Amino acid sequence: MGRTLSEKVWDEHVVRSAEGEPDLLFIDLHLIHEVTSPQAFDGLRLSGRSVRRPDLTLATEDHNVPTLDWDKPIADPVSKTQVDTLRRNAEEFGVRLHPLGDIEQGIVHIIGPQLGLTQPGMTIVCGDSHTSTHGAFGAIAFGIGTSEVEHVLATQTLSQARPKTMAVTINGSLPEGVTAKDMVLALITHTGTGGGQGYIVEYRGQAIEELSMEGRMTVCNMSIEWGAKAGLIAPDQTTFDYIEGRAEAPTGADWDAAVEHWKSLATDDDAVFDREIVLDASTMTPFVTWGTNPGQGIPLGGAVPDPAQFEDPDDRIGAEKALEYMALEAGTPMREVKVDTVFVGSCTNGRIEDLRLAAEILKGRSVDQDTRLLVVPGSVRVRMQAEDEGLDVVFKEAGGEWRGAGCSMCLGMNPDQLTPGERSASTSNRNFEGRQGKGGRTHLVSVPVAAATAVRGTLSSPADLEPLEA
Amino acid sequence: MEKFTTHTGVGVPLRRSNVDTDQIIPAVYLKRVTRTGFEDGLFAAWRNDPGFVLNRSEYAAGSVLVAGPDFGTGSSREHAVWALQNYGFRAVISARFGDIFRGNSGKAGLVAAQVDQKVVQRLWDHLESNPGSTVTVDLEARIVKAGEGIGAIEDSFDIDDYTRWRLLEGLDDIGITLSHEDDIVAYESLRPSWKPATIH
Ligand code: SF4
Repeated sequence: MGRTLSEKVWDEHVVRSAEGEPDLLFIDLHLIHEVTSPQAFDGLRLSGRSVRRPDLTLATEDHNVPTLDWDKPIADPVSKTQVDTLRRNAEEFGVRLHPLGDIEQGIVHIIGPQLGLTQPGMTIVCGDSHTSTHGAFGAIAFGIGTSEVEHVLATQTLSQARPKTMAVTINGSLPEGVTAKDMVLALITHTGTGGGQGYIVEYRGQAIEELSMEGRMTVCNMSIEWGAKAGLIAPDQTTFDYIEGRAEAPTGADWDAAVEHWKSLATDDDAVFDREIVLDASTMTPFVTWGTNPGQGIPLGGAVPDPAQFEDPDDRIGAEKALEYMALEAGTPMREVKVDTVFVGSCTNGRIEDLRLAAEILKGRSVDQDTRLLVVPGSVRVRMQAEDEGLDVVFKEAGGEWRGAGCSMCLGMNPDQLTPGERSASTSNRNFEGRQGKGGRTHLVSVPVAAATAVRGTLSSPADLEPLEA
Repeated sequence: MEKFTTHTGVGVPLRRSNVDTDQIIPAVYLKRVTRTGFEDGLFAAWRNDPGFVLNRSEYAAGSVLVAGPDFGTGSSREHAVWALQNYGFRAVISARFGDIFRGNSGKAGLVAAQVDQKVVQRLWDHLESNPGSTVTVDLEARIVKAGEGIGAIEDSFDIDDYTRWRLLEGLDDIGITLSHEDDIVAYESLRPSWKPATIH
């Protein structure tokens, strides 16, 4: 019987397998950041162990760093200690680090692909659940906890039980103005937040093939939001074109050997998935969340749902609690929801393509007077590219704030936070209670919806905007 | 890691589903570089509410948390496990756990016992009518127990065999893996040369 893409990649990385034990997998790339690594390095030190493969390890600073004044010492002393700790650990254990101020610094899931380090057929882990982003290249990539970070540092392996396989086939083409983000939000609402639990998911079908690498990363990024272990997409010409010529990509004969191998990874025609879901992209519309988990979503054209309409009692209670927290009335059209802050950024939507899309909509328009727009590039390279293209000018002229690279308001760990009761439209991936700051209320949206919302001050799509005068 | 065989302690009924890791400990509390001291961030957003279960004196010494389904979804932060442990929890019972949270629990020595939601419901009812009463999590027998007499609750729980074995033995995962170092060396010698490296 044939094998699926994820089974092929998995099999290629088994170092040891024994009856009754999880497989021991070799890890091709271990990404590290300041928040989930200090205790792991401490563990190594305590047991007198070293980093087995510093050459397969890369560190950056992203979660806890400021997006203003990044050239000055970090003001919050506790944050500073955490960042300094990473710098000391990287130096002591010989790990390559791109610190704040470095040209390659940025969100860990943005810089891997950007450097060409993320390639098909790899196993990639990081102490961060959105490591699934790298699956867009046909890699098995997933988030791990700090004990596992220490395990990978010490052994370059991880013991893992083999997950089940699932195919999500998205047929048809996305309509104009509907993005990868809408696609994945619709999928999560369809499956619920636990629907992918225990599975590695392969996204396939025409709509997936038609996505750019950026769009594919957006989809794979949010795999964890419906509970999947990892999400991945078969590598194709789009993938190869994106990688070729990047700093760490193979060259010459190595490139040819690599591409030949990558092509062999596609799921065999006779392979069988444990589960399959089929969706149609052509009926999708801009999609937004109304609740406090990413599975509580609805088309932008819809209204806040009535909890009484949920059949499952847990869902009903969950919806009641969510509406109370979000301060929303059942039946309110989503388009009438007023937004205080719009956040464009994160590892879901902080790449250059996202910023171009936002700028296209904001050009010649201005941000609503009661709304704040924060644009945070995912990496320094993205920021520089955007500035080369003049996108920063568009954002600033529209009345938005243009920041330095990092996670920023995606998780509200650095100073970029919502205040209690403040409502955001955010291109990030989580709308959990307090995720963007204590008491903050988050609506997850696509980049076009974020930009249009900034202009109108209520949840909107570009189609709602007044046409610009020629 | 300390061995875990069986534990009996005050049960805390957390009647909420979908308690994600941002609820267990918000990001602003993740700045510490140690494995201790995270108890102050545990369920931070709810701790100001006098009605919140952990603020009631009967449950203050809680060490077995009984939570709704999809506990620990979301972020990979092992700090969520540490915060529970730092507070004094030794075990969490739920009908469904976030994958990474469950993995982290097994590594850090917190027992994540998966039971049927009906069992959770009975434990909630029992702990709410008998505040401060205990729950036993017997890892050796894979059983959760509470109450006595007619209304006594006893049911089996799920935990994967390998994690159970490691917890019972108190084994360090890295030590186990390093005992197979020959296999790692053999694997490394066969990796294709075109695979990327961060240092050249
Ligand atoms: S941008 Fe948000 S989701 Fe992505 S790594 Fe940073 S905190 Fe995590």
